Amino acid sequence: MRQHKLALCEEHFLEWVPERAKQTIQKYRMFGPEDQILVAVSGGKDSLSLWDVLLRLGYQAEGLYIKLGIEEGAYSDESLGYVERFAARQDGARFQVVDVKAVYGMSVPEIARARRRGHKVCSVCGLIKRHVMNRVAGEGGYSCVATGHNLDDEVAVLMQNTLRWQVGYLARQAPVLPSTHPRLARKVKPFVHLYERETAAYALVRGIDYIYDECPYAVGATTLFYKELLDQLEERSPGTKLSFYLSFLRAREQGLTFGDQSRPELHDCTRCGQPTTAPGLCAFCRLWEGV
Amino acid sequence: MVKLVYRKKEWEVKPGMTVRDAILKTGLKPHAVLPVRDGKLINEETILRDGDEIKLVAVVSGG
Repeated sequence: MRQHKLALCEEHFLEWVPERAKQTIQKYRMFGPEDQILVAVSGGKDSLSLWDVLLRLGYQAEGLYIKLGIEEGAYSDESLGYVERFAARQDGARFQVVDVKAVYGMSVPEIARARRRGHKVCSVCGLIKRHVMNRVAGEGGYSCVATGHNLDDEVAVLMQNTLRWQVGYLARQAPVLPSTHPRLARKVKPFVHLYERETAAYALVRGIDYIYDECPYAVGATTLFYKELLDQLEERSPGTKLSFYLSFLRAREQGLTFGDQSRPELHDCTRCGQPTTAPGLCAFCRLWEGV
Repeated sequence: MVKLVYRKKEWEVKPGMTVRDAILKTGLKPHAVLPVRDGKLINEETILRDGDEIKLVAVVSGG
């Protein structure tokens, strides 16, 4: 690992990853041993590795799999299979499944098509996942929702927001997204200091079987293009990604990201009760209007 | 010869070179894949032996 000037054998690498995650959890005060954590699992390497690490560290971590209905359900069925097999291998790894089509009547691609936003499946997907995570976390009394975002994910978004000078997004990008409303779940990202290469290596060395194929809707995504550019920078100058991210977080802490860092006033959605920035229906409930 | 496998693609390279050089010969980028031999992650500087089969696992993957 040139970025850390470190070379580890498998045994020590399997100790190093949880230790690094633990340091991140403690540094940003994400949660403690007494907290009930809801881990959003997709069947991919990051979320399954995160769940594995949290369980190894002794945290009370339960999984949430949101069945989106990708590729007429085939991709979702396959990814759910990885989650089920992972849980079966772990003692006491509890998880629940929310099937979007069964609960709301349409899968994510179907609702995207119905709303004539077929080219924006990813934005519909994100909206639905956020809503479901909030709902499940609130109903289950979880302290927070943990997601498997790694350093590469965060830095790609940071680069995108920087190039477009999206100061509002920059002000809100952080390892912990606080709850600013009673029905808004606190979100935490314990893997933000781990490179994607490290989470993939952890899954491989740990023997975690995960979905290998990229989500079909992610092909050609802008984020992947930024990741490739950042990899080139990292190749020339190891540690660039971590340095970029940590420098950004320091600047953000010092209030140097410009923009208005105050959060908008939140209202209760008149239908589902979840928070929304405008009075009336929230974006999730508006999505289902007239379909 | 040494076989390299990445998703549904395969390449053959001569033994005696490093894993990194072999990856470069395929046109893939070394930072984008993790080399696995016999189910074990191996170092990019490992010298390939005749008969080796190396699976190249994409770093970016999943849902």
